[in-house]
Amino acid sequence: MAKQIEVSDLDAYYGSHKAIEGISMTIEPRSVTAFIGPSGCGKSTFLRTLNRMHEVIPGARVEGKVRLEDQDLYGPSVDPVSVRRTIGMVFQRPNPFPTMSIFDNVAAGLKLNGRFSKSQLEGVVEESLKGANLWNEVKTRLNKPGAGLSGGQQQRLCIARAIAVRPQVLLMDEPCSALDPISTLAIEDLISELKQEFTIVIVTHNMQQAARVSEKTAFFNLAAQGQPGKLIEMDETSKIFTNPTQKATEDYITGRFG
Amino acid sequence: MRRPAFRRSRGDGPFRFLSTASGIVLLVIMAAIGVFLVVKAIPALQANTSHFLTELTWNPNATQPVFGIGALAFGTLISSFIALIIATPVAVGVALFISHYAPRRLASALGYLVDLLAAVPSVVYGLWGVAFLVPFMLSPSSFLNKYFAWIPIFGGDQVVGKSMLTASLVLAIMILPIIAAISREVFLQAPRIQEEAALALGATRWEMIRMAVLPFGRPGVITAALLGLGRAMGETIAVALIFPATFTISFRILSANGNSIAANIANGFGEATPIGRGALIASGLVLFLITLLVNTAARLVIARRKEYARAAA
Amino acid sequence: MTVVTGIQPISAGRRVKDRAVQALVYLAFAIAVVPLVSVLWLVIRNGLKRFDIEFLTHSMRNIGARDAGGGAYHAIIGTLEQVLLASLIAVPIGLLTAIYLVEYGNGGRLSRIVSFFVDVMTGVPSVVSGLFILAFWILALGMPFSGFAGALALSILMMPTVVRSAEEMLRLVPNELREASYALGVPKWRSIVKVVLPTAFTGIVTGVMLAVARVAGETAPLLLVVFSTDSINNDPFNGPQMGLPLYVFDQASRPNDTAIDRAWAGALTLILIIMLLNLVARLISWWRSPAKRG
Ligand SMILES: Nc1ncnc2c1ncn2[C@@H]1O[C@H](COP(=O)(O)OP(=O)(O)OP(=O)(O)O)[C@@H](O)[C@H]1O
Ligand SMILES: [Mg+2]
Repeated sequence: MAKQIEVSDLDAYYGSHKAIEGISMTIEPRSVTAFIGPSGCGKSTFLRTLNRMHEVIPGARVEGKVRLEDQDLYGPSVDPVSVRRTIGMVFQRPNPFPTMSIFDNVAAGLKLNGRFSKSQLEGVVEESLKGANLWNEVKTRLNKPGAGLSGGQQQRLCIARAIAVRPQVLLMDEPCSALDPISTLAIEDLISELKQEFTIVIVTHNMQQAARVSEKTAFFNLAAQGQPGKLIEMDETSKIFTNPTQKATEDYITGRFG
Repeated sequence: MRRPAFRRSRGDGPFRFLSTASGIVLLVIMAAIGVFLVVKAIPALQANTSHFLTELTWNPNATQPVFGIGALAFGTLISSFIALIIATPVAVGVALFISHYAPRRLASALGYLVDLLAAVPSVVYGLWGVAFLVPFMLSPSSFLNKYFAWIPIFGGDQVVGKSMLTASLVLAIMILPIIAAISREVFLQAPRIQEEAALALGATRWEMIRMAVLPFGRPGVITAALLGLGRAMGETIAVALIFPATFTISFRILSANGNSIAANIANGFGEATPIGRGALIASGLVLFLITLLVNTAARLVIARRKEYARAAA
Repeated sequence: MTVVTGIQPISAGRRVKDRAVQALVYLAFAIAVVPLVSVLWLVIRNGLKRFDIEFLTHSMRNIGARDAGGGAYHAIIGTLEQVLLASLIAVPIGLLTAIYLVEYGNGGRLSRIVSFFVDVMTGVPSVVSGLFILAFWILALGMPFSGFAGALALSILMMPTVVRSAEEMLRLVPNELREASYALGVPKWRSIVKVVLPTAFTGIVTGVMLAVARVAGETAPLLLVVFSTDSINNDPFNGPQMGLPLYVFDQASRPNDTAIDRAWAGALTLILIIMLLNLVARLISWWRSPAKRG
């Protein structure tokens, strides 16, 4: 089910402000790709162009191509709703639906996509919660509100919700930045498991995390404040962290800026 | 909000006193409204030869005064509820249009257009109602009466323009802006992160609204509707010109019946004797209490909502 | 589970539902605008028939029941005086109450009660405030029907609006401004008068004008405590005085066409006054924050 993503010469704008420019890359299936770079260089913006979430911001638009295998995501006949259904997303801040129970949160995406019997739903919810390593903690209180969980649990609930619809790609924007170290570890373990099945892209500010979980790493940077962000280099994670080609990458990784 | 601590300084006393006193003046006014309405209603209530709460007719000017709030309270409640039923769905639609559908650049201008509806004075709606809506409503009312008479409210032998339905329609137009404005504000406050969560799951715009906006906005919409209900009940001049001013209890909203406490005050004040004035004041007291109740309920819903928002944060 | 590959379009049912809701939402907006357009159109079309110099400069004295001619001069004068007096009462009390709530209340018990009743007061129907002034001012104190009595009733309707808008503006004044002033040893009341109020001034003016626009069209209180007259009465403290909304109501209740024409012209005058107040209020608030609107 996992798919390769190919991006060519992509620019993204907020109104007249160009946030990222000329990005081309290939994201491999069944692997984890990490995006790193200083704050404001456009990592989140780029990530959101991969499932057409960028354009939900008023005035935002995209130029360039993103292909999932052989389909152009920005093709004229492609419905952004179905793109988002195919390419799931987990956000920086956990955002379960506060009025829904844990069960309904996980089932929310499925219920959109057709009728399922109660037992089918129960099966998928259990499977997804197990997949998100949350099942054991919540199995006795599936009917309680999702907002009653801890931050780390809420984030895993959001992951369960995202994987319940069986997406082909999972995008994660700093999924651990609001979490404590234990929850962070739980989610990193989860990412390693999920990559058996999904193509995963993760934005992170944590170098160790990128090194621990990812196969490929992409480094983004801005030439100067107010300039659009660019992809500086992308390679095997081990190579980026030990022997980067670009001076800027090395400076960033060794903590000389950013 | 915390204010920085400060030393009490010279000259501050009188100013603090004045502003505190103003706040208290407001409370005194509210209490005085209740007290003076009661005091001036009592003589009339004592002269009444019937039971005020259950009597339907309104003859306080007779030598043997007979009057009661029954038919008036009924008309007030029914016309306001019909207005609410008509106005709320439209207002929620308008609010969604401005918060989630209209192009960003136009949204605030279009919102202002709806606010303008609220700026039109009641008496102008009354005039419009009498001159335009009353004759205009004849044919749709006849249609309803002809084909839907099996629904009791549309039954009856004669159909008139000056009906409960027409009055309710004017009320609906008048309360629409307030319901729309409050709903719009709460819809705009719906948390962006949950809207994005829904969209990222592959929800269409409507599904996103159903998952992330409406559940969040529901208490706000309820409050808005209650405030609109309070407005409709107290609305006077527009309906005074339209209601046929009968004193009966009937659910036939197309026929010549209908009245309200407020309309009766406006229509009956001119010819009222001292006892008649007292009777009108008594009916005003009932209106005051009902609107007080409705408004307090509206505030309580909002107060609960704050706690809920804090719990969800 | 079926193996899905590629991007699957969403079902037709979901797409149709989405479109249907969109259509309904647009329709709701159209429905809301129809009465506005209809009211404004009729007021302008019918109002222009009699919206002339005579209308604006003459009263109704000596105009017989079926006569044409006559005007609303007495009513315009009355409304301006009544609204001005109402503002003179409501603005100081409302403003001071807002200062109490923001600067002195400190969220204590009294301030919470005051705040709650300000909300409740917003819901007092205009006819009830008229009845209150009738019961208190005219029946209990034995005062005459007068423009001033009407102003009292209108001021009750204005107060909560003034409090809320002033409160909102005062809360927008940054705390640093207050602190800077206190740090200089300026007494609190002087800081409020010299620093806080001027900063919030235009916002408060906007709020007051919107409150004025709201009560300028109120009819019911005038009906109960001002009483109508066909003559010019420049003295708001003595005797019946016409008001513009009351004039419209009065003329609209008369059965002949000449009166109805005057009612429309009166409605046009009233709407023009209210729209002007609204417009000026918006302009002031726009001018106050050109940067914010960007
Ligand atoms: N909603 C928005 N409207 C306008 N400009 C935006 C918006 N979101 C981001 N930007 C701009 O786009 C640029 C890239 O932002 P982005 O959030 O993608 O950076 P980032 O690399 O994710 O930063 P961080 O590491 O802090 O999350 C920044 O200059 C930012 O100011
Ligand atoms: Mg980011």
